Amino acid sequence: MISVSQLSKRYGYRLALQGVNLRVRKGELVAMLGPNGAGKSTLLRILAGLAQPTAGRVEVAGCRLPKQATGARAQLGYVGHQPLLYEDLSADQNLDFFARLYSVPAAAARIDELLELVGLQQRRREPVRGFSRGMLQRLALARALLHRPRVLLLDEPHSALDLQTADALDEVLRAQARAGATVLIASHDLDRVGGLVQRAVLLADGRTAATLPKAKLGRRLPAHYQRALEQSHG
Amino acid sequence: MASYFSAVLAIMRKDLAAEWRSRQMVTAMLVFVVLVIFIFAFTLDIDTLTRRQIAAGVLWSTFAFAGTLGLNRTLATEGERGSLDGLLLAPVERSAIYFGKTLANLFFMLVVEIFTLPLYAVFYNMSLAQPGLWLVLLLGSWCFCSVGTLLAAMAAQARSRELLLPVLLFPMVLPVLVASVRASSAFVNGLGLDYALSSLNILVVYGLIMPALGFMFFDFIVEE
Repeated sequence: MISVSQLSKRYGYRLALQGVNLRVRKGELVAMLGPNGAGKSTLLRILAGLAQPTAGRVEVAGCRLPKQATGARAQLGYVGHQPLLYEDLSADQNLDFFARLYSVPAAAARIDELLELVGLQQRRREPVRGFSRGMLQRLALARALLHRPRVLLLDEPHSALDLQTADALDEVLRAQARAGATVLIASHDLDRVGGLVQRAVLLADGRTAATLPKAKLGRRLPAHYQRALEQSHG
Repeated sequence: MASYFSAVLAIMRKDLAAEWRSRQMVTAMLVFVVLVIFIFAFTLDIDTLTRRQIAAGVLWSTFAFAGTLGLNRTLATEGERGSLDGLLLAPVERSAIYFGKTLANLFFMLVVEIFTLPLYAVFYNMSLAQPGLWLVLLLGSWCFCSVGTLLAAMAAQARSRELLLPVLLFPMVLPVLVASVRASSAFVNGLGLDYALSSLNILVVYGLIMPALGFMFFDFIVEE
């Protein structure tokens, strides 16, 4: 479902990604761990078609990027650092707008269902401008799920969420994976995503440093890596 | 995948709904135009005939500066709030974003023109019952918005976009402004269609070429 080989990305003189390889199968829930600046967000943006790779091969949901980007975009949901919403519009209007862009069938019912899922039914008519960071994050998740994507890319989705909402988010992501969606989460918080994912890919300095299967996720990471993650975690 | 035209309409409707809620952009444009009308009206110590002769120039320079205010906001706010990424993620042709934004900008500009033209009519002794004048306003505004939206998308990526947009825009819209002023002046001063025809031709050609360029290049402009 996601296939990346020998991917590199250069910003001016800086190499953000160098020869990254990654494969995530259908229905798999995978974490991409790494300290700040490891290249997680850059990789997610490339997979989402928001950035162009400098070199390498990228395939998402059977579509080769950047050539078949429009086809790939129809099948992926993305939650980034910013909620990608319009703050002058209400939650309802935001979802309705994106439902039109994605041609979501029976959009009104789907919007109801998602607002219920993320617990924003009561605030649906309020402008997003007044929402807390956590509420924005929940609405961003609803936006990403609107068109029932086959691939979900999430960049630090637990940030700004309280414990209860973060647990609810985990449940939503598990349900998505059970339904066959491929879920890739970028995080620097192993404690948070360790119990959720089936394996983790470690990124360091723009390279894939290691892959940890589920059985090893509870254990301590290599010392240098653990230190870097803890520093990112603040 | 949304059809091309429904995506264009959805983007335009979204911009109109957001503006309806905030009323920031159109209000700023209206206030600017009204202030300029009053400043010119009270500072130009000229007779009625001369006043009517310069009306078209004052009209278009005011609309051009007010339009720049709107254009500066149109894609910059999308960039600031990260919502442009939301648009770029959608499975629609990127040029649909361009046309949606251009139509929304055209709408805002026309609203400002419709609300402020009566004031011009009073201060510059103009008659508004001239279909030719309205045609020039529509064509000139379309040309201005089609090139302006394209350049606003370019400038939106820059840090000093408020400065960059006028610097890029005004040399590009100079033919539009000259043609619009000439054609409007012809109608305002009762010179008729014959006098305005060559200017109208320029506007029609420009109004076809610029959207075609937007259709072809918007994708590259909003690409990282």
